[in-house]
Amino acid sequence: MSEGIKKVRQQPSQNEDLLFEISSPGKAGYQLPPLDVPSVDPRAALGAGNTRDAIDDFPEVSEVDVIRHFTRLSTWNYAIDLGLYPLGSCTMKYNPRINEAAARVEGMAWPHPYQPDSLSQGAMEVMAELERCLNAITGMDAVTLQPAAGAHGEFAGILLIRAYLESKGNPRKKILIPDSAHGTNPATAHMAGYQVENIASNSRGMVDTEILMKAVDDDVAALMVTNPNTLGVFEEHIADVAKILHDKGALLYMDGANMNALVGVSRPGDFGVDVMHLNLHKTFSTPHGGGGPGSGPVAVKKILEPFLPAPRLKRVGDKWEWNYNLPDAVGRVRAFYGNFGVLVRALAYIMAHGGDGLKRATLDAVLNANYLRKRLEKHYQIAYNEPSMHECVFSDDIQKKLGADTGNIAKRLIDYGFHPYTVSFPLIVHGALMIEPTETESKRELDLFADALISIAEEIEENVEFVKQSPHSTRTSKVDEVGAARKPVVRWKR
Amino acid sequence: MLDTIGVSSLEDLVAHLPAAVRYNDRLPIPDGKSEYEILDYFRKLGETNAGLQASFLGAGVYRHYRPVMVDTIVSRGEFLTSYTPYQAEMAQGTLTAIFEFQSMICQLTGMDVANASMYDASTAVPEAAMMAMRATGRSSVLVARNVHPEYREVLGTYAKFQGMPVQEFAFDAESGQANFDDLATKLTSDTAAVILQSPNFFGIVEDVKQAAALAHEKGALLVVIFSEAVAMGIVAPPRDADIVAGELQSFAIAPSYGGPFAGIIACKEKLIRQIPGRLVGETKDKDGRRAFCLTLATREQHIRREKATSNICTNQALIALMATVFMSVYGKEGLRELATQNLSKAQYLGAKLKHRFSGPFFNEFVADVGAKDVAEMNRALEAKKIIGGLPLGRFYPELKNGVLLCCTEMTRREDMDVVAEVMA
Amino acid sequence: MYPDNYRYTKEHEWVHVEAGAGTVGITDHAQHELGDIVYVELPKLGAKVEQGKAFAVVESVKAASDIYAPVTGEVIAINEALTNAPETLNADPHVGGWIAKIKLSVPEEVDRLLSPSDYQAYLGAE
Repeated sequence: MSEGIKKVRQQPSQNEDLLFEISSPGKAGYQLPPLDVPSVDPRAALGAGNTRDAIDDFPEVSEVDVIRHFTRLSTWNYAIDLGLYPLGSCTMKYNPRINEAAARVEGMAWPHPYQPDSLSQGAMEVMAELERCLNAITGMDAVTLQPAAGAHGEFAGILLIRAYLESKGNPRKKILIPDSAHGTNPATAHMAGYQVENIASNSRGMVDTEILMKAVDDDVAALMVTNPNTLGVFEEHIADVAKILHDKGALLYMDGANMNALVGVSRPGDFGVDVMHLNLHKTFSTPHGGGGPGSGPVAVKKILEPFLPAPRLKRVGDKWEWNYNLPDAVGRVRAFYGNFGVLVRALAYIMAHGGDGLKRATLDAVLNANYLRKRLEKHYQIAYNEPSMHECVFSDDIQKKLGADTGNIAKRLIDYGFHPYTVSFPLIVHGALMIEPTETESKRELDLFADALISIAEEIEENVEFVKQSPHSTRTSKVDEVGAARKPVVRWKR
Repeated sequence: MLDTIGVSSLEDLVAHLPAAVRYNDRLPIPDGKSEYEILDYFRKLGETNAGLQASFLGAGVYRHYRPVMVDTIVSRGEFLTSYTPYQAEMAQGTLTAIFEFQSMICQLTGMDVANASMYDASTAVPEAAMMAMRATGRSSVLVARNVHPEYREVLGTYAKFQGMPVQEFAFDAESGQANFDDLATKLTSDTAAVILQSPNFFGIVEDVKQAAALAHEKGALLVVIFSEAVAMGIVAPPRDADIVAGELQSFAIAPSYGGPFAGIIACKEKLIRQIPGRLVGETKDKDGRRAFCLTLATREQHIRREKATSNICTNQALIALMATVFMSVYGKEGLRELATQNLSKAQYLGAKLKHRFSGPFFNEFVADVGAKDVAEMNRALEAKKIIGGLPLGRFYPELKNGVLLCCTEMTRREDMDVVAEVMA
Repeated sequence: MYPDNYRYTKEHEWVHVEAGAGTVGITDHAQHELGDIVYVELPKLGAKVEQGKAFAVVESVKAASDIYAPVTGEVIAINEALTNAPETLNADPHVGGWIAKIKLSVPEEVDRLLSPSDYQAYLGAE
């Protein structure tokens, strides 16, 4: 391994036991003000049978113990703040800290969802403004901000399709899903009570309009498509796809996971999409936080608007009100109004960029993906020869012949100081390496990453066993996932 | 970079898109703003919202003190800006913290297994019901009418397309607790789950043991829900339940006008294969050291696709971390003291008002205002910079004289005295 | 490698028929392809299974694979030891790693399955 490429070096890393192991009786890290009312005995107030004694094994640690514990743990993580995070279809872009500051403003962080509308006007204005921006960006007519994440938005979106078709007399039975789709799509269709039918992609990795034409009949409710698809390829015939569906009374759902390739460049509402979700934690820079929170707004065309879940914002005079009187609405998918704190962050991102800045971010994201593709093409097999948008997908065909697969390459990347790309997805590519750099990265960081992958390709030619034993430089060496699954230990016990 | 790719402008990169689908206008969004302008915008709007002024609202969202430690830790970029910990060797920090989270949720609830979090309680409820369906092979669900009304609404939305009939059972008009006679008559051999909330929507503690006995006698599972996690500092854990689904908003998560929060699902060991969402397990690395990784992933959507236990992917990891830090800071003694303070405050105000129900309550209760106008009362309080309780007529027509009032450790005695004066 | 008195399917299951009941499992080739097996979802006792239809699931860390019944009938025994020791399917697929015993309701189905030599020829061609 060339030291010139390696972004990471072995560093002192501290060991740390679990909270329960550093705990000692009587230690505490909290302070409460003195009670200004008489103290009540829980047994007397609730009845002895309804109360508990101490919580067995619950931690007892000091404030310093807590901060050191979690700070030490944090040093074992990789993060965007440490460098390129090229997970395909995850859009790991920089999370501007202004977003965090905005969400922590007292008037944004502390409103209670049941306080009177008259005392919530600012929060409602934030939501209304975000709805307006998302309509503008997607070319759709109406938005609900209620869903808590992308998959949750998919669920809401499919329910809307169902409600619409029901109003036309027949909810239909099937949802069509291309074989390149995210796993959440079929899982969602199933949860919404539909049968799933997979549609094979054509030789260019796109929806095959011939196959689609044959598959769409009176039982088909919708097609769920991701555009650009999970290969990073724009569905060239998307307008025809929409027409095929609409001619048979079916609708087009778009998974907006890859919207970072389209903002300002192309609008789903203009190419025939009827309903779509957005992932604010992808395209709109809200932090992933190790797996959440997200937010999955759903945008729809006029025909679906009457079915959006209650409540919806309504302008009455110069005030906002929550309107619950929506007789056609599908039921709630979540309590209250959505992940408001995430909505604040997304709006802050949109405001910081402005319309032109958002488009520029899209073009920079496409530029970065194409630059990486060009640098890597000679060393890795590109999966499909179509133009790439915001991500590019390779297969491990060349390396597989030498005995290393995409999983091995991913683990070796860790030694070079990078988080791996998305491994083995999409499923239609054998041994996929799915790479999405986002607009965040500079040429310098992209070159380091490309150099690392090229160096690994050479290492595989020279010493494949060494690569297969990766990672070598992490605090934790290769983790035994088989052992974890065979004998699951999912909680600490004394 | 453009030269390397072989194009002459950024626009060339998207020139292959069919002309008909290109967007050629400028997005109608104002020009980019500076940090200062953005912060100013949110501050000004924030001033039109009630923020930290005195409030007696609870009903699923509680105002508790957030130790400063919580934001200090979740603001670390290594937690804030990392992805789902799929690459275990690069994510031991997040994985270890989630393992601690799962362990503490088990200690609190008396369950054997807890997942890495759900979106919130309202969505955890239908997921718990679907777990029970899969585990029992039955299809219908009974839910107590004193479960949070919005949780019941969400349950109804999910159930509709699962072929899962949902029937409600009554609460006792006197005690405010679930009516077990009504439950007993509605339980059938097709009941997959009985869903009970404790403390319930009225703040009243339920008899979980009796509900469990009734459900189990008919071969159904008992799902116990909670929305006020602080209660678990003193209220007996629902050990007799099969599944516990709840809301951790009370654990250092700001009300944020309704989200993001963090839900949980915990269950008995025998149901581990049915639990939705992510699970972290303990294992070893190649050198024999303790390590953690995501486990039992074959339950999840990215592998099982349409046969998955749920479509959930993104969860609430960072919010769950807030709760983990909160639980660590308060610890064994602190959570108990915190819960006792909540109870004591609610008892103080409760003693001054007429109650609608007689059951034992934690930090919320329903006051009966008789013939007085609730809206007018709340306006009088608003004039004194106090947000009153939640009028219940909106959710329960028969309780139009009822107001749900909540007191926490942040509620001041002088504000309670004002409320008592206005409402008495 | 592949016992003479067993019959095989193209989906890589085997069946060993004795006294009207077939013991079924997955082949050595199948366990090799699946990799480290971490869990087996066994059928329920008394379940009716149909030839060619999924009746059990075998899981590795990153995949869940349906196992298809090689014969039609009723499940009369299941190998519960696999629940705590799924690795047996990797180590001993043809004997200790049996999944279930099925009481045959259409005995002549067995005649249509592959002989050991046909199965191995099929593997060679695949």
